[in-house]
Amino acid sequence: MISRYDSLFQQLSEKNEGAFVPFVTLGDPDLDTSFEIVKTLIDNGADALELGFPFSDPIADGPTIQAANIRALEHQVTPEDCLALIQRIRNYDQNIPIGLLLYSNLVMAKGITPFYQDCAKAGIDSVLIADVPVHESKPFRIAAVEAGVSPIFVSPPNADDDTVREIATRTRGYTYLLSRAGVTGTETQAALPQNKLIETLKLYHAAPALLGFGISQPLHVKQAIAAGAAGAICGSAIVKIIENHLDDKQALYSHLGEFVKEMKAATRFSD
Amino acid sequence: MSKLSAYFGEFGGMFVPELLVPALKQLEAAFSDAMVDPSFQDEFQTLLNEYAGRPTPLTLCRNLGTGNNKIYLKREDLLHGGAHKTNQVLGQALLTKRMGKSQVIAETGAGQHGVATALACALLGLQCRVYMGAKDVERQQPNVFRMKLMGAEVIPVHAGSGTLKDAVNEAMRDWSATYEDSHYLLGTAAGPHPFPSLVREFQKMIGEEAKAQVLENEGRLPDTVIACVGGGSNAIGMFADFIDEESVALVGVEPAGKGLQTSEHGAAINKGTKGILHGAHTFIMQDKVGQIEESYSVSAGLDYPAVGPQHAHLAETGRATYEAVTDDEALDAFQALAKHEGIIPALESSHALAYALKLDKEVNNQIICINLSGRGDKDLAHVYNIIGSNNLGSDAS
Ligand SMILES: Cc1ncc(COP(=O)(O)O)c(C=O)c1O
Repeated sequence: MISRYDSLFQQLSEKNEGAFVPFVTLGDPDLDTSFEIVKTLIDNGADALELGFPFSDPIADGPTIQAANIRALEHQVTPEDCLALIQRIRNYDQNIPIGLLLYSNLVMAKGITPFYQDCAKAGIDSVLIADVPVHESKPFRIAAVEAGVSPIFVSPPNADDDTVREIATRTRGYTYLLSRAGVTGTETQAALPQNKLIETLKLYHAAPALLGFGISQPLHVKQAIAAGAAGAICGSAIVKIIENHLDDKQALYSHLGEFVKEMKAATRFSD
Repeated sequence: MSKLSAYFGEFGGMFVPELLVPALKQLEAAFSDAMVDPSFQDEFQTLLNEYAGRPTPLTLCRNLGTGNNKIYLKREDLLHGGAHKTNQVLGQALLTKRMGKSQVIAETGAGQHGVATALACALLGLQCRVYMGAKDVERQQPNVFRMKLMGAEVIPVHAGSGTLKDAVNEAMRDWSATYEDSHYLLGTAAGPHPFPSLVREFQKMIGEEAKAQVLENEGRLPDTVIACVGGGSNAIGMFADFIDEESVALVGVEPAGKGLQTSEHGAAINKGTKGILHGAHTFIMQDKVGQIEESYSVSAGLDYPAVGPQHAHLAETGRATYEAVTDDEALDAFQALAKHEGIIPALESSHALAYALKLDKEVNNQIICINLSGRGDKDLAHVYNIIGSNNLGSDAS
């Protein structure tokens, strides 16, 4: 069976488009609103989804996504709730690739093998563990592949050639290309372009690169794709919209929808 | 020196974002290199002796306890900076310069590691910023002032519980943006590889000296060696040279806070379960789905929901045992040492002392050696607020 990522990238390349991939924290601000938020992302053109499990100590995240984690945890959102939410999302859209982003202790607490089995059951396509670098990843990626889930690895701007090669070999579905150093957030913009790293990844036959961290404007998406990335991941800018409209759901959905449309439009490269 | 192992049995590892791996590998290489470089060793030793005041004395208690055992104190409280922290900070500060970096990031709980980092940075001309939980900033005001006097920037962290765990999170976030120019000078024998090994190597003179001093005084090894355990640096520094001495019992003392039966403690080994926090697979305090729980202790330096991976391994293999002591027991020991020996210990060290006093009631003719990891000046206001001055009895006034 061809994976959802493979068929997405194939379709997009036929249309001469890049992928726009929004990120949100599951259960932010609560489970039902979170479902509506994700539905809004899908309905307005998201090509794939990157979804986070809330965690108490998100060391790779800046203030915006930290706050999203806290909002979800304040509503007692658990990993089980998140899996059920993903199942709902999967039922809503059978085709969209769903990537999970989380921290290792949530995997350890469940047990590595059962965790990936649960992911597969809920309809998750890929899992990125923010604090498991490729050289510590063996038990995780083996369990992932066995369960039919793609392990995703991050290719940072400072990795040496051997590490980039290892990342290229291990990542499945897509490669998370880090635009810059630091934590998530729009406080520091993406450093563009990343042509050289993208070329190196292609040389090693890595899965298509999605550029993430600091992507907050249509221009960033355009630049990412112009540099050779297959698309861009946008987290904090999306979560900021949630944070700014906590008391007005209708305004939240309409602002989100507008933003996703604009960002998606920037992936169309016909002009 | 051969390449360091990242694991102690199943514990340890380097569980950090890929972005931080090059910085940790650079540190590991610089450290391995420095350990076999006589000029580095020379400079480190000179700083330890002439600036920090090593070797520290070993003091035999004259009045404390039952009199049935010999209770020795390894006097890290007399080290410049007021705690054992200065030892390894000098080592890491020299490594910072060796790596050509000009900035240092640190986290601190009690403020002792922050103070040690600030003094080393002042001495060696490094820029220093210290992350400190907002709650700790409040309960350790004198140390905040000390750090600032020595030129460090102190950044309060309001996230989470506002204690050490949150300060570590923030320091790691800073480092992941600034690693090209900055070194993260982690304050304990925890965190990702190579920190647990590096901190142990830069602290193990505590145990080496204590061993030689006990041998000289007594002509034999101690029966029991005791140290408090926050992240585990003073304890591993004290234990390292005794690990192969099978006859010596090693006891780490964790903070039981308001009691191990409550949720308000910081006893990661006694009550925690296996998991990953701050880069290492170790014992941590967590709920059943894996969210990290907030720890608690009267002593800020022990208020941490994880423990260094080598201690997890020593506990799992049974080579060391880990006891727990409540706030109240530690506060009693704090006062007892002051009253009977004229030494005011840090609240952290008071935990080790409290366990030693319990042991002293159960055994005879033993040599008990306690790592008195720090002095209590920083805790005076805090303890005063808890016990007041009128509880001290008439002979105190
Ligand atoms: C005096 C003293 N002892 C012990 C500790 C606990 O740390 P560790 O377990 O790393 O020795 C601290 C920490 O701040 C301290 O200040």
